[in-house]
Amino acid sequence: MKPSFGRWLTKSATGLLLLTLLIAMGCANPRGTGDLGLVIERASGSLQVVENSNNVSLGGVTGLGDLSHAAAVFSRDGRYAFICGRDGGLSKVDLLTRQVVKRVMQSGNSIGGAISQDGRLLAVANYSPGGVRIFDSETLEMKWDIPAMGADGKLSKVVGLADVPGKSFIFSLFDAGEIWLLEVNEQKEPQIQKWRQVGAQPYDALITPDGRYYLAGLFGEDGIVLIDLWHPEQGPRRILQGYGRGNEKLPVYKMPHLRGWAMADQRIFLPSIGHHEVLVADVNSWKEVAHIPVHSQPVFAMVRPDKRQVWVNFAFPDNDTIQVIDVPTLKVVKQLRPGKGIMHMEFTPKGEEVWLSLRDENRIEVYRTDTFERVSTLPANAPSGIFFTSRAHKIGL
Amino acid sequence: MEERHQQELLHLLRQDCGSCHGLRLLGGLGPPLTATALQGKPKAYLESIIMHGMPEQAMPPWKGILSPEDVSWLVDRLLEGVAE
Ligand code: HEC
Repeated sequence: MKPSFGRWLTKSATGLLLLTLLIAMGCANPRGTGDLGLVIERASGSLQVVENSNNVSLGGVTGLGDLSHAAAVFSRDGRYAFICGRDGGLSKVDLLTRQVVKRVMQSGNSIGGAISQDGRLLAVANYSPGGVRIFDSETLEMKWDIPAMGADGKLSKVVGLADVPGKSFIFSLFDAGEIWLLEVNEQKEPQIQKWRQVGAQPYDALITPDGRYYLAGLFGEDGIVLIDLWHPEQGPRRILQGYGRGNEKLPVYKMPHLRGWAMADQRIFLPSIGHHEVLVADVNSWKEVAHIPVHSQPVFAMVRPDKRQVWVNFAFPDNDTIQVIDVPTLKVVKQLRPGKGIMHMEFTPKGEEVWLSLRDENRIEVYRTDTFERVSTLPANAPSGIFFTSRAHKIGL
Repeated sequence: MEERHQQELLHLLRQDCGSCHGLRLLGGLGPPLTATALQGKPKAYLESIIMHGMPEQAMPPWKGILSPEDVSWLVDRLLEGVAE
């Protein structure tokens, strides 16, 4: 008697469990999005919604066009991702239902976006036609179009777009060598403050997490342009001028990326361009503190959320390697070779793990950041960017 | 040229040239590399740019990485319209 009752119980319990699961899946069981994110699969124009508590993919989203170099920003409720693709498409994706809820074609060639402090406006930077367009984040309706016409009278490619506290955005003009601070307001026409001739070919830029400093890396010169947004009247100044110290500049096979994850321990960590070094400057004096020799030309130098480490990946042909810099000692303490074509790194919200996209190996690898052990592998189709919703609440991301 | 090597070159073209010229080579930081865009540009000129780059203009030299045969083959593909 007993065993069969036991079996019945097990069976019905399993049945019940299955039923509950099915209902939960079918009826959009409420859940948070704080541990969600997305992985961009650039060749197939699709993305995966992923979850970083269990290191799993929850499913795919397709129909997003050309996603080479696609970047994502998040709504402040952490539910929607806005994705700008290279084909000028701007898509709004619901991470919970994994549906594209809106999609507009906004321009020929976009590379990056930013979301305003209040979450209501979306800015998209374009290469061609060079400029910035501002959209309503609810409806994706275009509100303003700002052509990046430099002092030279030509449209310039826009790079280094970031949100600034207040209804503002800031960006750089690659060809013209300018920085523009844009203020938008429903009541009047956009106000633009332009700094001309800031330096040769700014290739990317970042705003510090406090929203105070804007730093633009220059391709055409060894140096970084700095603007203190608490004192914009002081205008741009140069830091780390001549950091290459006259050493021959090596070929740059991929432009480094700058974002607001660069600060740790009163210092800022930046990829140098044309040199196998990570540059370190003091954020009070802006004087150079160190040049850390690294494996190759850095692309990303990302500070772990707790600021103890900086993870660095490298340009082609050395994009199979990662190095980890210890912040207090400014030394490389670990070198990893996860696989070919490491495009992107993304830390979990508090940084105990890091996700790496291995474009040429069609997979994502997840590593612990304390032991450097690999903990998970997820298949993905030529993955590039990885973006977690924890970005939603950070200035400059 | 071996089929496998050709595949590697196409991969490099789309991914690593693509990081500046766009995955579909429709332009990005660098100009589009479609057959239409390159129409009328001499093969020797294109080969020379790829080999030696225009370092001032952010186009890197590929000579340490690609052989002259690789570059010649790639330029043929570009002029044929591999991008479209
Ligand atoms: C780091 C960025 C970058 C990478 C990587 C790159 N290019 Fe370029 N390329 C450029 C830029 C920028 C220009 C335009 C230079 C100028 O004229 O101002 C250019 C120009 C060219 C031109 C000349 C086009 C014309 O119409 O005159 C060709 C051809 C070209 N690139 C091919 C390639 C190939 C093939 C690869 C890969 C093997 C490659 N590029 C990789 C940035 C890059």
